[in-house]
Amino acid sequence: MRTPIAYFLLLSGTLFALGTMGVLIRKNALLIFMSVELQLNAVNLALVAFSRLNGNLDGQVLAFFSMVVAAAEVVVGLAIIVAVYRRSQSVDVDEARSLRW
Amino acid sequence: MPLDNVIFWVFAPISVASAIAMLTRRNAVHAALFLIVNFFTIAVMYLLLDAPFLFAVQIIVYAGAIMVLFLFVIMLLGVDRTEASGERLFGMRTMAGVLVAAFILEIFFALRAGIGFATRAPGGFEAVNAPANTQALAKVLFSQYFFPFEVTSVLLIIAAIAAMVLANRRVRAVTQAELEAHQAAVADEGVPTEVLAP
Repeated sequence: MRTPIAYFLLLSGTLFALGTMGVLIRKNALLIFMSVELQLNAVNLALVAFSRLNGNLDGQVLAFFSMVVAAAEVVVGLAIIVAVYRRSQSVDVDEARSLRW
Repeated sequence: MPLDNVIFWVFAPISVASAIAMLTRRNAVHAALFLIVNFFTIAVMYLLLDAPFLFAVQIIVYAGAIMVLFLFVIMLLGVDRTEASGERLFGMRTMAGVLVAAFILEIFFALRAGIGFATRAPGGFEAVNAPANTQALAKVLFSQYFFPFEVTSVLLIIAAIAAMVLANRRVRAVTQAELEAHQAAVADEGVPTEVLAP
C-alpha cells in the first residue's frame, strides 16, 4: 500500500462533483438517478479510503451498509419513475409538475 | 514506480473519463454502460485499498444487479426516447460547471490542509484485516454491527413490497354508467370532465 490516501479521496471528490453536475444538468429522470448512484459510489470510495487511513474496518462496514441501502433506494426510485411514466408518458423531470401549480 | 501506483494512475483517469462520458451521452443506454465502466474502476480502487470483499460486492451488486435493473427500466420505457435539448434556466450548464469546478478545488485544498498529499496509511491495518478481509469484516459485522445488519434485511423487504405496490398497474373495468356519464359530459361540454382509464 504505497499510494497516498489523499489521491483516493481526491478521486472520490471529483466523481462526487461530476455526479452533482449530472443531477444539475440532466433532464431525463433515469439519468439523474444514475448520477445519484455515481455520487453514492464516490462517497463509498471515500469511506473505504478513510477506513484504510484510520486502520479499522468501520468504514468498510459503513460502505457495505450504504450499498444495501442504495440497492433498496434504486428499487423504490425506479418503481416511482415507472409510475410517473405511466401517468404522464414522459420521464422528463420538467414534465412532472402535477404537484406544482 | 510501485505496482499499486501504476494501477491507480491507470484506473483513476478511466474512472473520471467514464463519469464525464456518462454525463454527456444523450442515449440513456450508453450512459448506463459508461456508468458500469465507472463502477468497475471503483471496484479496482477497493482492491487497492485492501478491501477485496467490497470489490466483489461492488461488482455483484452494483455492476450486476443495480445496473441490470436500470437497463431493464430503460428498455421498458423505450430506448429511442431522446432528451429535450435546451436549458431549464438561463446559463444552467455554465453555472453547474463553475460550481463543480469550485467543489473539486475545495476538496483539493481541504485535503492539502487536512491530511496532506503524502499521507500513507498507518501500518496497523494489516493486523486489523487479519486473517483475511472477509473474515475480519464478518467478525465486526456479526458482533458490533449485528443489529444494523438485521435492520437492513427489514429495509430490503420494505423496499421490495414498496416496489410491487408502486409498479403495480391497477386494472379496473369501466362500468356502463361511467361510460355513459363520460360520453354525456363530452357531448355537453366538449371536454371530458374526468379522464377514464381505457
